[in-house]
Amino acid sequence: MLGLNGKDFLAWLFVLFLVAAAPILLNPFPEGSAFAQFNAGYPDLMQRFVIFGIFAIGFNILFGLTGYLSFGHAAFLGAGSYAGVWMLKLLTINVIPAIIMSTLVAGLFSLAIGYISLRRSGIYFSILTLAFAQMSFALAASVLTPITGGETGLQTQLGDPRILDAAATGGNIPAPSLFGLEMGHSWKVSVGDWLWTFNAGYYLCAFIMLIAFYIAIRIFRSPFGMMLKAVKSNNQRLGYTGINPRPYTLAAFVISGMYAGLAGGLMVSMDPLAGAERMQWTASGEVVLMTILGGIGTLIGPVLGAGLIKYSENIFSKINDNLLHTWFSFMPDGVENFMVTIVHPFVGKGWHLTLGLMFMLVVIFLPGGLVGGLSGLYKRLFRRGSHAQ
Amino acid sequence: MSSDKKPLNLSLTRRAVLKAGVATAAVGAAPMIIPSKAWGYANEPSGSTVTLGFNVPQSGAYADEGADELRAYELAVEHLNGEGDGGMMSTFSSKELKGNGILGRKVEYVTGDTQTKPDAARASARSMIEKDGAIMITGGSSSGVAVAVQALCQEAGVIFMAGLTHSNDTTGKDKKANGFRHFFNSYMSGAALAPILAANYGKDRRAYHLTADYNWGYTTEEAVRTSTEAMGWDTVAAVKTPLSQTDFSSYVAPVQASGADILVLNHYGANMVNSLTSAVEFGLRNAQSNGKNFEIVVPLYSRLMAKGAGENVKGIFGSTNWHWSLTDEGSKAFVKSFGTKYGFPPSQAAHTCYVQTLLYADACERAGTHDPCGVAAALEGFEFDGLGNGPTLYRAEDHQCFKDVLVVKGKENPSSDFDLLEIVEITPRDKVSYDASIFGGELGACNSG
Repeated sequence: MLGLNGKDFLAWLFVLFLVAAAPILLNPFPEGSAFAQFNAGYPDLMQRFVIFGIFAIGFNILFGLTGYLSFGHAAFLGAGSYAGVWMLKLLTINVIPAIIMSTLVAGLFSLAIGYISLRRSGIYFSILTLAFAQMSFALAASVLTPITGGETGLQTQLGDPRILDAAATGGNIPAPSLFGLEMGHSWKVSVGDWLWTFNAGYYLCAFIMLIAFYIAIRIFRSPFGMMLKAVKSNNQRLGYTGINPRPYTLAAFVISGMYAGLAGGLMVSMDPLAGAERMQWTASGEVVLMTILGGIGTLIGPVLGAGLIKYSENIFSKINDNLLHTWFSFMPDGVENFMVTIVHPFVGKGWHLTLGLMFMLVVIFLPGGLVGGLSGLYKRLFRRGSHAQ
Repeated sequence: MSSDKKPLNLSLTRRAVLKAGVATAAVGAAPMIIPSKAWGYANEPSGSTVTLGFNVPQSGAYADEGADELRAYELAVEHLNGEGDGGMMSTFSSKELKGNGILGRKVEYVTGDTQTKPDAARASARSMIEKDGAIMITGGSSSGVAVAVQALCQEAGVIFMAGLTHSNDTTGKDKKANGFRHFFNSYMSGAALAPILAANYGKDRRAYHLTADYNWGYTTEEAVRTSTEAMGWDTVAAVKTPLSQTDFSSYVAPVQASGADILVLNHYGANMVNSLTSAVEFGLRNAQSNGKNFEIVVPLYSRLMAKGAGENVKGIFGSTNWHWSLTDEGSKAFVKSFGTKYGFPPSQAAHTCYVQTLLYADACERAGTHDPCGVAAALEGFEFDGLGNGPTLYRAEDHQCFKDVLVVKGKENPSSDFDLLEIVEITPRDKVSYDASIFGGELGACNSG
């Protein structure tokens, strides 16, 4: 189907199902129940899931296939974001030009950085990309303040030209929209105690993510993808056979840079603000974590990794002491306070600690990431089943 | 006729019960589509509670201020819900608050970490609005964050009550109809400080500025420059420093050689603590330049910073929005209830956040609704007293509060860990007022979602 083999098509359908039903799947707990805190089915977080999914899918095309570990991919996300906001400011509040432009700008930017960085491989390549990304961050944060807004960030303003739009704004900055459908528009459906939010912006992101995922599968299965895997398994031998690997790695680098730019463009289409810190090395490191957590070189892994990290960032970081006290309130006073003290460092601002522990556990016990772990589990169960027969 | 039929079996079989149960559930759970505009306004509270969103920096250069802000918010919620001693509610000139929540609804809150970054702050505020149903967002210890979150609240149709944000932009070029600020701004600091500086350090001084590289730093530098240059000072140089900087020695090193005899630190929070410490380590405080004693000025001061910088702040001038040693009834009541709960006096950040929460609650009561447009109308042009700053006006044109400004100095002989600043002068409100149009920007129309 669609030029995919049966297994890949199933994987694609699985992702299709996941993203289409996400507003329902991510809200398993009824409103007002004690566990409602863990619901993730609200537009902002769902948008982040798919946007960072795109980012991680693109990163995986480079890292998963060629083995080149880029520590500077956030620079492309940031470049895309700025390009997107400028389109929203100058051209039109419609998100389509913003998304296209951010992908193109990030593509050009990654072509320039990739051309230089790919002269080296291994750790030197990583360091070069890291250096370029930090330079971009420093430029965005201070030197290029007129273009990037510096540490204040770049936002849409009431007085922006928006040459394609009619001037009538009614005293408020128009919200990004798709031919008049505002990205923030939501349809809320309540079933019993459950409340599901179907958000226009989310479904636009999800639609684009499905296309991005489809393209990634095609790349993985193409002769080009084969060549990239050859680069990863033995770059030298490829050279000895008379093939110059650099055009292939550069192409992979630019493609993954464009994925990052696309993610940046979608981010500003959902929320029209670009801050310099999304170019910082921590943001670059995050996408590496996502890919490793989910499973390097697997198709679906990066999407799962992105989901897991964004979930802990947004859910664990919002648990405060007050909430902990209500959770443990059934215990005697001394025990309650003790439990709160124990759990406290792992939630709220300490969510990084929880993430770090999870990351350690995954790397130590599931070297293949979540996908590796799940498929191992599946195989073990399956084998046991066949033994029984 | 019916005798030959089987008698009706009234006993319930398991299957029948299941069927009936499923049917009832299906009817009861029939999906109800709520169009986004079914409510009168965004996040209209329907139950017996109302949720406020406290979005403060819990990490980064302003984390200390954020922690104190959160303490003040928790205290304000307690007082609004009728717990504790009521704090400033008894001294507030408006008597609408009765300790039964807001409009009879118990106040609940959610917290978030802005990380002192506009991106993260907006994500946190969005989740409060979309997930937790917060009807008002407040907080921020950085003007970059405040401006970003204020724009978001405008878009989402909730009220934004700015916490500690001192840039002119917040109620100047980036002002928004849904955003309100109680804290003073850079312009007011400049206007209040300049005469004191001239009186103490003379009128022919050469100043060197170190400025935090974001919108607050810019407007503060500009305000201090303009007002001091108007008195005859020269500005030798103005150097921007990144907000995330922790070591300022490379920025401080060239200061003395530049021919300056005043160093103005447009830094706040941990930035100021570090840059001032650097300056002292370089011996600037004992240095002579142009035949005068070298001096340091910190335009925006707080007790938390004075505590962080320790000995180094002695004799250094700055301005502040509020100080716990004020002796009006409102300040005393606030310091007492904050001190009782936490064991130390509140900072200016805590004060403005507490006041903003009370002002919001009071505006809801006076408007009789949580509708942002109603609340905004109730706050616009509101004249009040008893909240620690004397008579104060919430100006309708730019949603900025106008009140007296304190000029303070690091105390030479502090009697305790908290008694670090002394008030040099209270600059009256009309000396620091300005025309609402000088910073540009447009309020736009209020948005209720």
